[in-house]
Amino acid sequence: MDVRHKSPFRVLGMRKKFVVGCFDDEKVLFPAIKNVRRAGYKIHDVYTPFPIHGLDHAMGLRETSLHTAGFIFGITGTSIAVGGMGWIFTSDWPLNFGGKPHFSLPAFIPITFELTVLLSAVGMVMTFCWLCKMMPGVKKHHFHLRATDDLMVMVIECTAKTNEAEVQSFLQNNGAMEINVQEAEDGWWFGRYDKEQKLYQTEEVGY
Amino acid sequence: MSLLKYESQLREPLVDGDKNYHQVTEDIIGPIEVKPGMLWWIGFSLAVCLLLFGVYSVYREVTYGIGQWNLNHTIGWGWDITNFVWWIGIGHAGTLISAILLLFRQGWRTGVNRAAEAMTIFAVICAGQFPIFHMGRVWVGFYVMPYPNSRGPLWPNFNSALLWDVFAVSTYFTVSLLFWYSGLLPDLATVRDRAKTKFRKMFYGLASFGWTGSTKHWQRHESLSLVLAGLATPLVLSVHTIVSFDFATSVVPGWHTTIFPPYFVAGAIFSGFAMVQSLLIITRKVLHLEDYITVGHIEAMNKVIVLTGSIVGCAYLTELFIAWYGQNEYEWWAFRQNRVNLFSPYGWAYYGMMFCNVVSPQIFWSKKLRRNVTFTFFMSVLINVGMWFERFVIIVTSVYRDFLPSSWSTYYSPSIWEVGFYLGTFGLFFTCYFLFAKYFPVIALAEIKAILKTSGENYKQKMTATEKLDAEKFYIEEVEHAH
Repeated sequence: MDVRHKSPFRVLGMRKKFVVGCFDDEKVLFPAIKNVRRAGYKIHDVYTPFPIHGLDHAMGLRETSLHTAGFIFGITGTSIAVGGMGWIFTSDWPLNFGGKPHFSLPAFIPITFELTVLLSAVGMVMTFCWLCKMMPGVKKHHFHLRATDDLMVMVIECTAKTNEAEVQSFLQNNGAMEINVQEAEDGWWFGRYDKEQKLYQTEEVGY
Repeated sequence: MSLLKYESQLREPLVDGDKNYHQVTEDIIGPIEVKPGMLWWIGFSLAVCLLLFGVYSVYREVTYGIGQWNLNHTIGWGWDITNFVWWIGIGHAGTLISAILLLFRQGWRTGVNRAAEAMTIFAVICAGQFPIFHMGRVWVGFYVMPYPNSRGPLWPNFNSALLWDVFAVSTYFTVSLLFWYSGLLPDLATVRDRAKTKFRKMFYGLASFGWTGSTKHWQRHESLSLVLAGLATPLVLSVHTIVSFDFATSVVPGWHTTIFPPYFVAGAIFSGFAMVQSLLIITRKVLHLEDYITVGHIEAMNKVIVLTGSIVGCAYLTELFIAWYGQNEYEWWAFRQNRVNLFSPYGWAYYGMMFCNVVSPQIFWSKKLRRNVTFTFFMSVLINVGMWFERFVIIVTSVYRDFLPSSWSTYYSPSIWEVGFYLGTFGLFFTCYFLFAKYFPVIALAEIKAILKTSGENYKQKMTATEKLDAEKFYIEEVEHAH
């Protein structure tokens, strides 16, 4: 039995079995992804040290709509700025500046612009962190430490029906240079990178 | 990331030497994994000493008041606001490099953007100190923030250029910080995954937010960078525009001109690039990063310097012409008597500015000098001195002879505590920069890797060889998008 409910570290995810294949060249990786998908295996993720153009399309990921969030936050900023300054100068505390109109839109433009940009940027970054489940103190399983250095790490998720040996040889035929099988948590938890944290009593899990 | 698989052979490589992905990591992360050397400690200690002197100067000002700065009723803005505009101007290059050059798909930005963005953030922190402490009663500084308060509620004046500045500078700082840090996340994860000691694992583990390099995360990261660049581009132009409004919306002769916004923005980029040059020329030498910050990078920045320097020169002359052509006697007096007249009390500042900012950068039309690293370093310092003079000329020569001629005899020179405050911001800036250069990757690792196979010297050579051998095969393998 696993101890995830007793653990002080919150776990959002499942413990699963993965076949991991490492590639050192994009030119080998792209056809491999194509073949793996064609063969019907489920790609859990591909971890790369830098953004590779077209990889998301090759994996069949949908476009991100993060920019839409940015737009919504931006519009919120615009509304807060115009609404706030308008309300303050026309109704809450109208001041007479040399007989100029209380609602002087041209003078509101700089602050409106700044608040639009501010809310949009802050909101987008927060949305980004939320979607990617990233914040200080968050820990995730790393399939290969060199995934942030020079290797592209393809992780294939195993189901009850998957024949691991078959997947491993399939990856080998497709140019993977280092292949192994890992049992891991696919979610995230609060933890520290300098500590080995056992989220499960592995001896009792029993696969 | 580069959209093209193929880059023209006419373009200089952006990464020199025989590199692969791992070598790039080694070269950039290596220097931050060893203990700091003697030179670092000397530099860092000097910076901290300057900072402490600055702290004491500020303590004097807060305790005894603005009078400590030799400011008087005619000259209410002296070195402090000069320094504010100077620092904020320097803070413009980083976001320009990371945002505008990203939108223009300029590959060379990848070598310099990280350090330039860090410089931006530190420069804006330094800049912010001046208006804050110029308030005098700094403990009520939060009055500038609009929030429902028990003072009425009393709101700030949203029609005031000074309040616009509060919003502009704080927004600029926040957005630059987010842009810089979101770009740092993947690289901090690289440092974390290579860390050997317990402390480094914990520190970089916390700092990298649990970044894994997942494709979906990269996709979102790219989208985030692009939109932040789109937002930061008008922002960077707006900040110095709004700083110039501090002057341009007033009725002081010498300030009341419509040319200020574009002229300030060009000047900001000009001085910002000069500061980037000064810092990077030292950084590349000390950290042995000549392969990543190449002479080509330095030349590209020198081109920006000669362009913006010429715009600034053009603006100076236009401003002078309009002062005469506009036939406003006060405006013309401010220029003719307070600035152009070499024998006026501050004439030296005007000619110093003209020499450093207009005449000297023209030398960069020479390719040989643009590519001379030592000469570039000398020029970058000269330009920053010149840009400091520019702000001093604008501020002090406009106010020291006001509408009351009996005040004209007052000659303003700063007190030791005002100079100390300025030196203190240098201390703050370099303390931050030394820490950054020692504990953070100074070059955007992931971005260099993304352009390595199109712009790396060894890959370009290989490509040229294939191209010569069989053009058709070359097209299929290297140019065509296979995926």
